[in-house]
Amino acid sequence: MSYVAHDESAFVRPAEVEEAELYHPKTFIGKYIWSQDAKVIGVQYAITAIAVGLVALVLSGIMRLQLGFPHTFSFINPSNYLQFVTMHGMIMVIYLLTALFLGGFGNYLIPLMIGARDMVFPYVNMISYWVYLFAVLLLMASFFVPGGSTGAGWTLYPPQAILEGTPGAHLGIILMLVSLAFFIIGFTMGGLNYVVTVLQARTRGMTLMRLPLTIWGIFMATILALLAFPALFVSAIMMTLDQTLGTSFFIPALVSRGEHLDYSGGSPILFQHLFWFFGHPEVYIVALPAFGIVSDLIAVHARKNIFGYRMMVWAIVAIGGLSFIVWAHHMYVSGMNPYFGFFFATTTLIIAVPTALKVYNWVLTLWRGNIHFTVPMLFAIGFIFTFVNGGLTGLFLGNVPIDLPLSKTMFVVAHFHMVMAVSPVLVVFGAIYHWYPKVTGRMLNDSIGKFHFWVTFLGTYAIYFPMHYLGFLGVPRRYYAIQNLDFIPPSAQSLNVVITIAALVVGAVQLVFLYNLVWSYFKGKPSGDNPWQATTLEWQTAHTPPTHGNFGSTLPVVYRWAYDFSVPGAETDFIPQNQPPSKKAGSTEET
Amino acid sequence: MATVVWWLVRQTINVRPWIAQRPIDNVYGDGALSLPPVKVGLGVFLAVATSLFALLISAYFMRMAGADWTTLAVPRGLWLNTAALTLSSVAMQWTRVAARRGRIDGVRIGLIAGGIFTFCFLAGQLWVWQQLNASGYFVAANPANAFFYLLTALHGLHLLGGLWVWGKTTAKVARGVEVGAVRLSVELCTVYWHYLLLVWLVLFALLLSTPPRQSSCTPDTIAICGVTK
Repeated sequence: MSYVAHDESAFVRPAEVEEAELYHPKTFIGKYIWSQDAKVIGVQYAITAIAVGLVALVLSGIMRLQLGFPHTFSFINPSNYLQFVTMHGMIMVIYLLTALFLGGFGNYLIPLMIGARDMVFPYVNMISYWVYLFAVLLLMASFFVPGGSTGAGWTLYPPQAILEGTPGAHLGIILMLVSLAFFIIGFTMGGLNYVVTVLQARTRGMTLMRLPLTIWGIFMATILALLAFPALFVSAIMMTLDQTLGTSFFIPALVSRGEHLDYSGGSPILFQHLFWFFGHPEVYIVALPAFGIVSDLIAVHARKNIFGYRMMVWAIVAIGGLSFIVWAHHMYVSGMNPYFGFFFATTTLIIAVPTALKVYNWVLTLWRGNIHFTVPMLFAIGFIFTFVNGGLTGLFLGNVPIDLPLSKTMFVVAHFHMVMAVSPVLVVFGAIYHWYPKVTGRMLNDSIGKFHFWVTFLGTYAIYFPMHYLGFLGVPRRYYAIQNLDFIPPSAQSLNVVITIAALVVGAVQLVFLYNLVWSYFKGKPSGDNPWQATTLEWQTAHTPPTHGNFGSTLPVVYRWAYDFSVPGAETDFIPQNQPPSKKAGSTEET
Repeated sequence: MATVVWWLVRQTINVRPWIAQRPIDNVYGDGALSLPPVKVGLGVFLAVATSLFALLISAYFMRMAGADWTTLAVPRGLWLNTAALTLSSVAMQWTRVAARRGRIDGVRIGLIAGGIFTFCFLAGQLWVWQQLNASGYFVAANPANAFFYLLTALHGLHLLGGLWVWGKTTAKVARGVEVGAVRLSVELCTVYWHYLLLVWLVLFALLLSTPPRQSSCTPDTIAICGVTK
């Protein structure tokens, strides 16, 4: 690595702002409740998302109890089993992962990492959170309405989603659809902020090609979400109208329970197209921030510059673009014309190319790096393994002839959870361990963190690896109980017991993580400003946690990219982005 | 998305970021657009709205292939409404020009005229709804009706959102602020009005061009049309 001489004109006067111009709320409510500070909003998003995620975690535990020990628990019946499946899926994908990555990490990190004081539209940002909270409350309310929450499956396919016999076919599904519509409205408010802030509020010297990959991931995922969520919005409104006013957007002519319904000619496939036009980009709405964050975790904790930075940016954008033309691979079993299947299988396999590039670059970053096995690094490495495993089974399912027999089996559940659930959640954990010191000023307990990692990592493999075999055996997904299916051997049930025990252990260990969060907040070791010796701007603030305005009266000026680790000849093994090029005599690294 | 790709193709992966250190001369951040953030924000929002309407139009075409589709006879009142919306857009453009020239009186008149024509359009849409309903074109009677009500409702809601900003701007003008204080708001309102006029013209053209009966599903497209054999 070599450095070129730097022009003297780079030494510019930093942007300054009068103390009075900074946002300083006076009251507790203004500071922590109706806050317009992106950091507070980020924490609000994160706490709400994790809280609702815990509900979904409990639901998954109940589902596993039923699958592992069928006919044992009287409080689980076929109806509420389907409700648990549905609510678990929707909460985890939308209300936890999307909200946490974009609303949580996006809000906290974007202004800090790009050297801005706040989001460009703080008031709209605040409203965004409160609309999100309202959407969450609506969804939770659906548990308590007559008929309970919807049990239509997280994809909410019509016509069964609104037909008698499906749990929550009245108020349950309406609340779900209205909640989704509000979620999307809230997200759009936040998303406008994230995009415009990245485009317009970067500090001096922070070119787009000097952005940390975390920001690239969040930025691109937000663009995807802004363009893809309208598809879910449209389908939610149309299905609400089908349910309430009796329109026939999606509902065909039907005889239900011997009665001719008033619907005619609606197209369930139309819903599927709309849903998956949102649904597949949604995978990358969750994955791209995870890709970005894990890149930064690996670089910081391996003390090495990220390998192929520009290629990584290209890959993020390419994945984002391609994610809009693969949606129908979720619909191979819908009776699709084979030529469409061929097209979507091809695009699906093409998207593996930039994704694989990213995996190679992570591994090459680790290669000969000074790897510190800190808790964030453990989670980052765990992510690479899990993502490769989940991604490879995605290549199987991306092919039509293999997908057709496997589509209705537990193989899909295993694949999906490896690639879309465990992988991003490992990054979430890694990111929390990494940035918790900046948010609170205290380190999370390291021993508890390592215990949490190993049980979670090994536990999830104990859950999902055997599940692939269940899929091969033909064990169907979504079923309350396996009965009268002679082709499934009794050993499948033994495997289900093992999976359930592993799932309960993994679920329980998350309580240890929560304990760590609370305990460390009060008793954790003080972290200082930059405990990981990282280069990015959020670690260069004068205060930890950062105060309102983030950087005091003077904004930082950026002189270099975010990955100056282990630079030959440098005094330390990291050079912050805002450190000007030195003219130190005898220094060879830069002039 | 197109902007991002356009920008990206100008980048090369051959450049090494750790030596690409160039002088810093941009106050607002290197590469930032020389536009106020709120203008960029409006641009992003229009992209979201375009996605919404484009998806609805796609759904319209796909649903149109259903055997039960009976194309709605376009009510004549929509021509009047279209004229009202066009006039509102013209008035907003006039306001924008007045704001640029610093003429607060022109801004005041233009805003009021734009608002009145917009309210006329919205009232006209409700009147058309009422007429259709009275003639038996209920929302659930046919998918074409349902799409008509849905598309016009969503378009109207977008206009109502615009009227909220229009209301704030007009109130400021009524309080007697300097023209410079509302110039940006006027400009944003104008862009938004033009955009919603364009959307309406596309929707109106869609309604006018829809043939009385449509059955475009061939065996090759049957799956994507969602019609069972």
